[in-house]
Amino acid sequence: MPELGRAALVVTLGLVLYAVLAGGWAAARGRRRLALSARNALVAAFCSTLVASLVLWAALWRHDFSFTYVSDHTSRKLPLGYSLAAFWGGQEGSLLLWLLILTGYCALAVWLTGRSARGLVPWVVPVLGLVASFFAFMLVVVSSPFATQLAPADGAGMTPSLQNPYMLAHPPLLYLGYVGLTIPFAFGMGALLSRQTDERWIVATRRWTLSAWAFLGVGQLLGAHWAYTEIGWGGYYAWDPVENAALMPWLAATAFLHSVMIQEKRGMLKVWNMILVALAFCLSIFGTFLTRSGVVNSIHSFSQSPLGSWFLGFIVFIVVATALLIWVRLPLLHARTKLESLASREATFLYNNLLLVAFCLTILWGVMWPILTEAVRGTPSTVSKPYYNFFLHSFGLPLLLLMGIGPLVAWRRASLRALGRTFLVPFGVALAVGVALLAAGAGSSLPGLLAYTFSAFVAASIALEFTRGTRARRSLADESWPGAFASLIARNRRRYGGYVVHAAVLMLAIGVAGSSAYQTVREQKLMPGQSMTIDGRTLTYRGVQQRQASNAQEFRAVVDVSIGGGHVTTLYPGKNVYPVEQQTSNEVSIYHDWRNGGDLFTIADQIDKSGAVYFKVLVKPLVNLIWLAGFIFVGGSLIALWPDAAEQRRLAARYAPEAAVA
Amino acid sequence: MTLAALLLGALVAVAAVLIVARPFLREPETKDDRLLPRGELEDRRLALAEERDRALAALKELEFDHRTGKVSDDDYRAALGPLRRAAADALRALEPRAQSGRERVAFPERQ
Repeated sequence: MPELGRAALVVTLGLVLYAVLAGGWAAARGRRRLALSARNALVAAFCSTLVASLVLWAALWRHDFSFTYVSDHTSRKLPLGYSLAAFWGGQEGSLLLWLLILTGYCALAVWLTGRSARGLVPWVVPVLGLVASFFAFMLVVVSSPFATQLAPADGAGMTPSLQNPYMLAHPPLLYLGYVGLTIPFAFGMGALLSRQTDERWIVATRRWTLSAWAFLGVGQLLGAHWAYTEIGWGGYYAWDPVENAALMPWLAATAFLHSVMIQEKRGMLKVWNMILVALAFCLSIFGTFLTRSGVVNSIHSFSQSPLGSWFLGFIVFIVVATALLIWVRLPLLHARTKLESLASREATFLYNNLLLVAFCLTILWGVMWPILTEAVRGTPSTVSKPYYNFFLHSFGLPLLLLMGIGPLVAWRRASLRALGRTFLVPFGVALAVGVALLAAGAGSSLPGLLAYTFSAFVAASIALEFTRGTRARRSLADESWPGAFASLIARNRRRYGGYVVHAAVLMLAIGVAGSSAYQTVREQKLMPGQSMTIDGRTLTYRGVQQRQASNAQEFRAVVDVSIGGGHVTTLYPGKNVYPVEQQTSNEVSIYHDWRNGGDLFTIADQIDKSGAVYFKVLVKPLVNLIWLAGFIFVGGSLIALWPDAAEQRRLAARYAPEAAVA
Repeated sequence: MTLAALLLGALVAVAAVLIVARPFLREPETKDDRLLPRGELEDRRLALAEERDRALAALKELEFDHRTGKVSDDDYRAALGPLRRAAADALRALEPRAQSGRERVAFPERQ
């Protein structure tokens, strides 16, 4: 039924164009029914996009190779889960997923905020419609997933590295994050268009921003774990342009989440917040441009396609239109308060913002460098790991420290005496940890030592915040310690949820520092029966096993691991040969040592016919803290996202039309 | 299959048109088709309400930070007055009877 898919997408395009034109007219002329009709068009657009998506899913399910997309990305031997996940495994399908999520978000956002942001929504609808129009146009005119052909006997199959359970979760989560950034952007632009530059757009999109940011964060972490367990090079982040493309909007959104608090608390940084929300959105589009245009070499990107110039045009249009709109509305965005002191909470937020944006822009520069050099000199020149690591250390370490400093400083102004008192414990803890680490030999890596010392400072600062807060609650309400702790969090979910997220970032930093600054690597060729040692672990290679799976032939080297003569585990690094796809993949084998959070990571780089295997073995201390941090990150985000009834009542009273002065 | 697909496609289009036309189908004729206008007065009220909430939240935060020892007694006393004044000014400006008239809704002095 490709015709139904095509027809549904044409209907979607018509609906979102209607949302732009009718919605824009209704907002400008103040037409109520037309505005409602335009809003409904976004809801209907989601329904028709869902129909198109179901058509594609049905074709994938039935192995209908008359769909070019299905035959290009699946085969009869591909397990069902991966066949269905092929929906987002290719260029056209992933664009359709983008549109599906976008129209779903649009429908939900205008529906949920129709009451609380009544005056704003009519202006938001055309902005959302405009973004959706671009993606619908691409799917209808440039890159349709419903192209047909004479059905071949079998399909080309799926790239082996995509045949991983993470394929089911990582791309959709990442898209939920990327696309989610459209909502705060649209509300920001709607606020500018309607001249309603009060806090309403921020209040309406607070949870949207937070959830998009959380999805993007979790999506990246899953992607990192996928790379770690599947790609087989021993790392989890390679500063690849497409990986950076997901990191940049996350950094911009992190800056926005912090700076928006200053606008809420102090009425400051209105222009900066508009710039940040636009930056985060533009970077999310830029990310998909990088993935789809073929302008950069990346294992994550789709093949060369005609989409690049369209995306580039759209990005230029958005940047110019947003800049003009902010410029025209500058008089409405003036702050009515000023920064009172450089030693205040809002000042630390400002420093955090500057570092985050600087880090984001240096990554952007690194990503664009090959494109720019190719445009100027004809040959691309790339920047590599040392460039990114330099800026990671330059901006990341101060950011880590600020995460501990911020919570200790009061809003508006903090005296030196108060600062001295609140900093005493975290500073003492950090000093003690730093000295102990130096004595233990951690000074071999200065960035690693600084990361651990700063982490100790942040951990002490977070623990102190919870302890002091609980004690204060206890004295106020005469509650038990657990009761006071629970009510402390329940009464200020954003703040304490934020601290839990800080704890997750802290664990991530410790894991990254440990697994990169203090990792050990050894490579050796072994014959069956031979051994190698690394960091006190002895690995004995026993031989190669072979097995036929449904879609691949599996070769596994059997490696016994022992410590101090005692057998610990057996690892099976090897390779998979995919006959349909005519590709071979590395299959790593990892021993997680949960006592110290580290991994013994084995790769069988080459398996000879003689039975000899070239092994690459890594010991990665504390790397599992990175994955554990993901769970804490989700927990913290959920605490911050959880609705607060008291706050909702206050906001409802503030924005209710009947609250107007009679 | 093609005919069925086209019929289903037409069905999707008709359903979409019905959803979009719903506001006009529900109210074919209406006396007031205007979006709620937002006057200058409403903008000022909203700004004051935000100001009030900001000041009240800041007072709450100051109180809590003082209790937790983050703010010293001196800093607490110095910050309390201006915040209370800001909250009181916003509350007073939002109170219609005290102001005896909507034209009195005005911004409090900056702290």
